[in-house]
Amino acid sequence: MMVFRVILQTVVLALGQIWANKMRALLTALGIIIGVGSVTAVIAALTGLQNYVLTEFETFGARTMFLDGTVPESMQNRISWRQVQLTIPEIEAIREHCPAVERITPRYYNSYSIRVGEFVKEGVLVTGIWPDWHDIQDRHVIIGRQFNRIDEEEMRYVCIVNDEAIEELNLDRDPVGDYILIDNLRFLIVGVVETKQLSPMFGGGDVRSEVFTPLSTSMKIDNGLWIRDAFAQMTNPDEADEAEAQIRFTLRNLRGLEPGEDDTFFIFATQQAIDQFKGIAAGMTAVAGGIVSISLLVGGIGIMNIMLVSVSERTREIGLRKAVGARPGIILMQFLVEAVVLCMVGGLIGLVIGQALTLALQNMPDTPLEHANIPPWAIALAFIFSAGVGVIFGMFPAIKAARLDPIEALRHE
Amino acid sequence: MMNPMTSARMSAIEIRRLKKVYKMGVERVHALRGVDMTIQKNEFVAIMGPSGSGKSTLMNVLGCLDRPTSGSYLLNGKPVEKMGAGELANVRNVEIGFVFQTFELLPRASALKNVMLPLLYSKANWLGARRAAKRALDRVGLADRQHHRPNQLSGGQRQRVAVARALVTSPSILLADEPTGNLDSVTSDEIIGLFRQLHDEGQTIVIVTHEEDVAGHAARIIRLYDGRIRSDLPTAQDPIHREWVNQAAERLSDLADEVSQHPVEATS
Repeated sequence: MMVFRVILQTVVLALGQIWANKMRALLTALGIIIGVGSVTAVIAALTGLQNYVLTEFETFGARTMFLDGTVPESMQNRISWRQVQLTIPEIEAIREHCPAVERITPRYYNSYSIRVGEFVKEGVLVTGIWPDWHDIQDRHVIIGRQFNRIDEEEMRYVCIVNDEAIEELNLDRDPVGDYILIDNLRFLIVGVVETKQLSPMFGGGDVRSEVFTPLSTSMKIDNGLWIRDAFAQMTNPDEADEAEAQIRFTLRNLRGLEPGEDDTFFIFATQQAIDQFKGIAAGMTAVAGGIVSISLLVGGIGIMNIMLVSVSERTREIGLRKAVGARPGIILMQFLVEAVVLCMVGGLIGLVIGQALTLALQNMPDTPLEHANIPPWAIALAFIFSAGVGVIFGMFPAIKAARLDPIEALRHE
Repeated sequence: MMNPMTSARMSAIEIRRLKKVYKMGVERVHALRGVDMTIQKNEFVAIMGPSGSGKSTLMNVLGCLDRPTSGSYLLNGKPVEKMGAGELANVRNVEIGFVFQTFELLPRASALKNVMLPLLYSKANWLGARRAAKRALDRVGLADRQHHRPNQLSGGQRQRVAVARALVTSPSILLADEPTGNLDSVTSDEIIGLFRQLHDEGQTIVIVTHEEDVAGHAARIIRLYDGRIRSDLPTAQDPIHREWVNQAAERLSDLADEVSQHPVEATS
């Protein structure tokens, strides 16, 4: 009970002392203020960046994988890119033999001019897909129907448009059953698919007209010999490595790659990228933490310096307090508490500055930092660190004060 | 633990063969060379002596601020020389009230806060401390000045605050080291009057001074010279003091003569 009362008294005393020397306290705590302010702002920015990237990955789908052929560097002069393109039999093999892959769709795309009556629009992206595409991309048909097996097998001239295309091509509100000319070929609109804003990270950007046809149809009208790429969906987002291993095994077998030869294809799994990014973000946070501990060290030396000045300035006061019955432990605590309070007040001001910087970051135009914020653990850490600096750097001056001889102290000028 | 013979008539202060040696570099300074002294409860004692006679050292030892090199010190029957730093702090807090020549008030604290200071280090709670501090200020006649800071008070008032601070824990002994040294003669009289009043109320007081008129208020004068007690007599029997009183009386009668020769000047 008495200990609490004494601590409370010393805290009040320390706050009074700081208030009496406002300017000096502020300058002293500047190292702590800048340290805490900058670290919280950096952590807030990193958190914002992480939130942004993770949200972007989410739009791509945590279970989504992207497959494409690629010529590895080691085979640069031996094979051409044509030889490594994915084929439909390969896609079918993956669908058959990879249990970790739930769905897969190849893609083929090109740009064409599209005509609706007298209206012509150039450069509209037309993508050939399998019906599984809707589930993989989480973009479902809102009016009409998906493509069916007959559309695919007979390479029928049917298409699905997105709702943005209705606007841009001046189509009916319900365009199902209408015809449009793609590269002067007559296509029946069978459905409308919702538009999803995809982040620029995955080739998205401004929402624009999109037209989809069955894969076989799109390859036929373009005389395409290879599919462009493929999207797959894992059964379980936690099994990215397993799914990747299964696909790799299947493709390497089909392509007859010897052990030691590099892959002639490329697999991108969102979950792996997320894990990688989280690792990078943790690394950056650690580096920022390191820089800040240097700044806190410098701040702590400032605190120690001013506490030593304070002890020597108040030598007579210390002598008097001892003469009227203050035990050395109490004097020690008084100066220690003062250093800790000074550091924590500095930490608090630093947090306020960090919050202000975070608000500035949030409102900075053209940056992905809208979601920048200081996580609670960073606030707790800032306070613990400030208090720790106070204890460590306040200890020496406090011991010095506690050891003062009361007679000498009272004689001090 | 204690001999019942002594506890029956326990002295406030009892020191035997007290020695204090300082080391100044390689030199050893003998500040006290064996002092024997007994002060009973409710006594009013003045310690006098030239500078370097060891009176300040004696005062520090009596006040438990300093430990003797050898010899024994019984404070209210308790041996002080064996105590640790924490126990000594406690004794200073509870048993001793110290008044300094330079007052030693905290400049930024009000009179009340200054008086409360010793109670911060005692077991008293805050409200009780506040009440006790107000009572102590009332006792020294400063009830209406509790919220003034030291720089808003006169020298005499500051020393009264310091006396109130010394009294606030109801110590068994009040020690004053040259309490009037920084005051003019009128204020000195005021402060020494306060000490007399406290003594009349039963307070044990030990005062260090080099002023004969201040010492004259005490009942007993102990004279130190070169670390030893040279004389320890009731004030009325102290030859040096009597000499000083006679001289003062002569000066006074001279002054009276002068006044009677120049009555106009005196009345103007």
